[in-house]
Amino acid sequence: MFAYANLAPYVFFVLFPFYFMIVTSFKSNAELYNLKSIPFWIQSGVIMDHYALLFQKTDFVTWMKNSLAVAVVATTVSVIISILAGYSLARLRFRGAATFGTAIFVTYLIPTTLLFLPLSQVVVWLGLADSIYALMVVYPTFLVPFCTWLLMGYFRTIPREVEECALVDGATRIQTLSRIVLPMAIPGVICAVLFSFTLCWNEFTYALTFISQSANKTAVVGVTSDLIRGDIYFWGSLMAGALLASIPIVIVYVLFLDYYVSGLTAGAVKG
Amino acid sequence: MAVGPRVLEAAGLPGPGRQSRLREWWEQEHVFGYGLIVPAVVLLVALVAFPFGMAIYFSLSDYWVGSPGAFVGLTNYRDILGNEVFRQTLQNSFVFTGIALSLKVVLGVWLAMLLSRNLRFKRIIRGIVLLPFVIPTALSTLAWLWMFDSLYSVVNWTAIRVHLISAPGPNWLGQAEYAMAAVIAVNVWRGLPFFAITVLAGLMAVPKEFHEAAEVDGASSWGRFWYVTLPLIKPVLGVVILFSTIFTFGDFNIVQVLTRGGPINTTHLFATLAYQVGLSGGNLGQGAAISLFIFPLLALVVFFQLRYIRKE
Repeated sequence: MFAYANLAPYVFFVLFPFYFMIVTSFKSNAELYNLKSIPFWIQSGVIMDHYALLFQKTDFVTWMKNSLAVAVVATTVSVIISILAGYSLARLRFRGAATFGTAIFVTYLIPTTLLFLPLSQVVVWLGLADSIYALMVVYPTFLVPFCTWLLMGYFRTIPREVEECALVDGATRIQTLSRIVLPMAIPGVICAVLFSFTLCWNEFTYALTFISQSANKTAVVGVTSDLIRGDIYFWGSLMAGALLASIPIVIVYVLFLDYYVSGLTAGAVKG
Repeated sequence: MAVGPRVLEAAGLPGPGRQSRLREWWEQEHVFGYGLIVPAVVLLVALVAFPFGMAIYFSLSDYWVGSPGAFVGLTNYRDILGNEVFRQTLQNSFVFTGIALSLKVVLGVWLAMLLSRNLRFKRIIRGIVLLPFVIPTALSTLAWLWMFDSLYSVVNWTAIRVHLISAPGPNWLGQAEYAMAAVIAVNVWRGLPFFAITVLAGLMAVPKEFHEAAEVDGASSWGRFWYVTLPLIKPVLGVVILFSTIFTFGDFNIVQVLTRGGPINTTHLFATLAYQVGLSGGNLGQGAAISLFIFPLLALVVFFQLRYIRKE
């Protein structure tokens, strides 16, 4: 009972901003900007105008498509690179393996805000300025260290004997990795995919820095920048956009909650 | 397994061709090992190490957007350190990180203790707790921006109605101390789940017998926490604190969406100031120098993290 009583205020604290987003997104402007009305619920009727504005007057659909494209490409590339590197560093003996492992870990700790200025120039030199390809190229820089570190943990849990048997039976090393080891590390791979997808979808610093044209923005940047014009805030549509742009992540999250929890603790605790 | 060439010769079979020699070379453990990390290494050298070198070069040059400048030595650093705005930012960063981190540690441990009990709906509660961590931060911060609005703030509305404050209430994002409090509150809201869930994992690893033994010995619940639980979760807590230090210190999203460093630079952090100077202002040299101030702290965190891992 004690625990529930203590948790209740916290759960309220966590959920209220989301609840308030929903309420705001369906409320008429007249009611939103009336200081006498109660802000917690809708009295004068649910309206869809804010959502309509989002779809008719902004590039919202394009932003969502951009986010999806960036997340899918960057995640796929990063997870493949990380599977190879993670397996190598966790399992194979060669000189310098430990040093590389440490280097990966150190890059994992670098916050994106340390490198966004030089990267904004690199992107220009690569001819990718102001395009979603810039993000597809740059996102792996923080995804690969994270996924490699995560996967190294999973690869270490697979017994060595399994691999040795396969090698003795005449399998090549690449076959051993793809047919024997990888299937046993599937939970780790799912975890890496989930986290990568979430990190890509949520990324703000690079997406804000590299892209200026509305049609090339990702959902997170589009919603936060294009619905604020000078001093005018389109609050209803801002909240509607924030909600809709969060939905893909919420769906993935609800479906794979346990993977999130295990990945979160594996990433930090093993790291 | 590959068969040696001498065996083949003895058996009168043709020797290994070029392809099988190549294969044999590739099948060596160290060659294969190096081969697999090549893509990762290329990526990290080209897009992390090289840009990092560039950042250092920028910071030592007179580099503006569109005009590669000359080497100017430490001028940028001297200019920044003499700059009022930068000193304010330095102070903000420590206040912000210090308070937000302390709150996250204390509340995170408290929350983890609550969650570790045998609760009904355990899974749902954990799912809710993690929500702020999963939702795009920039978007959830928009909700806070609206909740802290100068005119229609729901926080003020409620506080006035329950007679906690008198109308019109504080202008959250327009007054220095309140703005800092707001930025910290959102950072704690968003970062607490990470603390709670990781500490919880540490708590689950503590055997029940430890508590039972302490209870039999007559330890109070506070004593059990202080002398039994805390020392046992210390390693996990240490790692989480190190992680969070660097990411709180380098925060960008929350401040950028909520205040853009305002009012009058009182909530600027290194990242937001670097963004303003380097990109909005176009002075890449100075911007790079500002963001490099994150580096000493990063180095310190890396040092402690690595020491911890070695001990493991």
